[in-house]
Amino acid sequence: MATAEEIARAADQRDIRNRWYLSAPAMLTIFFAAVGPLAIVLVYSFLTPGSYGDVKWQFSPEAWVSVLFERDIFDDTLSLAGAHMSIFWRSVKLAIVTTIITLAIGFPTAYFMATRSEKTRDLWLFLITIPFWTNLLIRTFAVLQIIRNEGIVNTVLMKLGIVSAPIQILYTDVAILIGMAYVYLPLMVLPVYASMEKLDFRLVEAGYDLYASRWQVLRRIIFPLVKPGVIAGSILVFIPAIGAYVTPSVLGGGKNMMLSNLIELQFGQGRNWPLGSALSITVMLIVMVALLVYVRNAGSQEVRHG
Amino acid sequence: MPEQPGKNAIEVRGVRKVFGAGDAAVAALDTVSVSIRENEFFTLLGPSGCGKTTLLRLIAGFDYPSAGEILLYGDDIALLPPFKRPVNTVFQSYALFPHMTVSQNIGFGLEMLGKPKAEVKARVAEMLKLVRMEHLASRRTSQISGGQQQRVALARALAPQPKVLLLDEPLSALDYKLRKEMQIELKRLQNQTGITFIFVTHDQEEALTMSDRIAVMSSGKILQVGSPWDIYDKPADRFVADFIGETNFLTASIAGIENGKARATLKSGATITASVADGFQPKGEATVVVRPEHAKLVKGKAELSGTVENVVYFGTDTHIHVRLDGSDDLFIVRQQNARSAGCGFETGDKAGIAIGDDAAQVLRD
Ligand SMILES: Nc1ncnc2c1ncn2[C@@H]1O[C@H](COP(=O)(O)OP(=O)(O)O)[C@@H](O)[C@H]1O
Ligand SMILES: [Mg+2]
Repeated sequence: MATAEEIARAADQRDIRNRWYLSAPAMLTIFFAAVGPLAIVLVYSFLTPGSYGDVKWQFSPEAWVSVLFERDIFDDTLSLAGAHMSIFWRSVKLAIVTTIITLAIGFPTAYFMATRSEKTRDLWLFLITIPFWTNLLIRTFAVLQIIRNEGIVNTVLMKLGIVSAPIQILYTDVAILIGMAYVYLPLMVLPVYASMEKLDFRLVEAGYDLYASRWQVLRRIIFPLVKPGVIAGSILVFIPAIGAYVTPSVLGGGKNMMLSNLIELQFGQGRNWPLGSALSITVMLIVMVALLVYVRNAGSQEVRHG
Repeated sequence: MPEQPGKNAIEVRGVRKVFGAGDAAVAALDTVSVSIRENEFFTLLGPSGCGKTTLLRLIAGFDYPSAGEILLYGDDIALLPPFKRPVNTVFQSYALFPHMTVSQNIGFGLEMLGKPKAEVKARVAEMLKLVRMEHLASRRTSQISGGQQQRVALARALAPQPKVLLLDEPLSALDYKLRKEMQIELKRLQNQTGITFIFVTHDQEEALTMSDRIAVMSSGKILQVGSPWDIYDKPADRFVADFIGETNFLTASIAGIENGKARATLKSGATITASVADGFQPKGEATVVVRPEHAKLVKGKAELSGTVENVVYFGTDTHIHVRLDGSDDLFIVRQQNARSAGCGFETGDKAGIAIGDDAAQVLRD
């Protein structure tokens, strides 16, 4: 006969085994969807480019070198790859500005929604999600239609006599920012709204009661309490913005490259898959570093606890 | 307590507050006027939904009246935003800032008023001492008990030295013993700070024990304002008498009012003397009330008679429920308990109820 202790131990073991079975689907998904492809990209980045695309199975650090450096064709010396640097910087800059714009528009929007009555709140939430139903490309072309030289903005401005010639918005960074801010706005509004909705508005009244002006209430009470939502929203916007492809291609006209265009170039015309792979991983690293810096700074101002 | 007309801290004049519009409009306050004196512990008492919170929010500035004036030491503040009123609130839910420590919470108001750092620090220390919370100064507000949160909420509201402190059912979330403790604490704080307190409660016992004066409210109206003694002993109408303490209601036909006394003939045929408020001219049938402790149970015949139905022992006193002869009404008599003596009556006994000359009052319905 088994003692109670033995039975308990057997149950424990069964438990551990069950846990493995239960987590298997998740593990498989993570492996095939994330770790596996990433490993392939990582391996490719250390191989030699093939002549017609693809790779030769021959180790080479060259791709990683050319992420940051340019090799002189004549004397083989290395110099910093200015083109790549400026593309990195441009992408990071545009992603940061996009995040700031979406926050500037999204925060008041979320506040507005959270202060509506229960019923109308759901309606607003529904309206915010409508753009998700439409294909990204179509939404981007819609923006293009609005801001192009013969588009509605310029037509109205000219009819009103505010400008005599159309303002060139399309194919500029401003166009890219307008497009990205529009496309990513819901990703900011939704998490900020989620925290805002949980905000106890009696705290806002308590703030006013204790002589805080509207601005002070916003800065000292509302903002610290919805910060988790702001952080989540910023991350959700920043990550896709730094790797954005469709919007910069369509609205930026391909004149000024973004990281995604550069990567696409390596896999297409450039026929340098290892460099494309190395650049992809570089984007990931930039995102990770940016997030670490951001979350560290955002978290340290005021120690939050649940 | 004698009436002492003093300076008015708050004057509410003809204030109405209507929520919603059209058919859905609700008058939460229906033309309310009341004056609250300087340094007074003033209580708004009434059942849930009668408009107490609404009146407090109008004084605090979270809402604006639909009509009427609210004066603070003579200045109309009805339309000032809350951060421009020297009035602070202790919220029912405390509403402490969860992302700040106890000290930061208490110092918040002073900081917003732009007081120098040293002054804020000194005042916070003083407040912590006042509410006996020095040892928890750097705790998060979520890491302290309900009673302690209550003290912090009080300290936070008192720190900027408001002219008037508003308290919306601040004790309702506490258990019985803590509530009793905090009642005493509140009285102490009011004495020590000399600040005018406007206190909201639906608990009549709390109101009677703590207040200098009480306003009894019902359905958006103030029915009576007076000292606890006035409210209990000379209720203005049936609602007030019913809401404050226990009362026996009798129907009587009224005849011959003289010097504020009427002769009331009860259904049993007995006639008793009942006092009538000034200016009230009851005719025909009217309500007569008798407090349970003002009636006396006797063995023989008296103004009323009936059968003892229930004897309820309360420690300090005993309530005897008597079913009146000739009607289905219950009449409750309260007797102080004497040592080692029972009340002298048992269920099923026949008993008389003696009602003295001063015991009964004729009231408006
Ligand atoms: N913001 C509001 N919108 C609509 N009706 C309200 C609002 N606030 C209070 N009321 C109504 O006004 C009445 C009085 O409410 P309140 O002042 O909170 O009562 P109390 O504090 O005495 O319980 C209630 O009928 C309540 O439903
Ligand atoms: Mg209330």
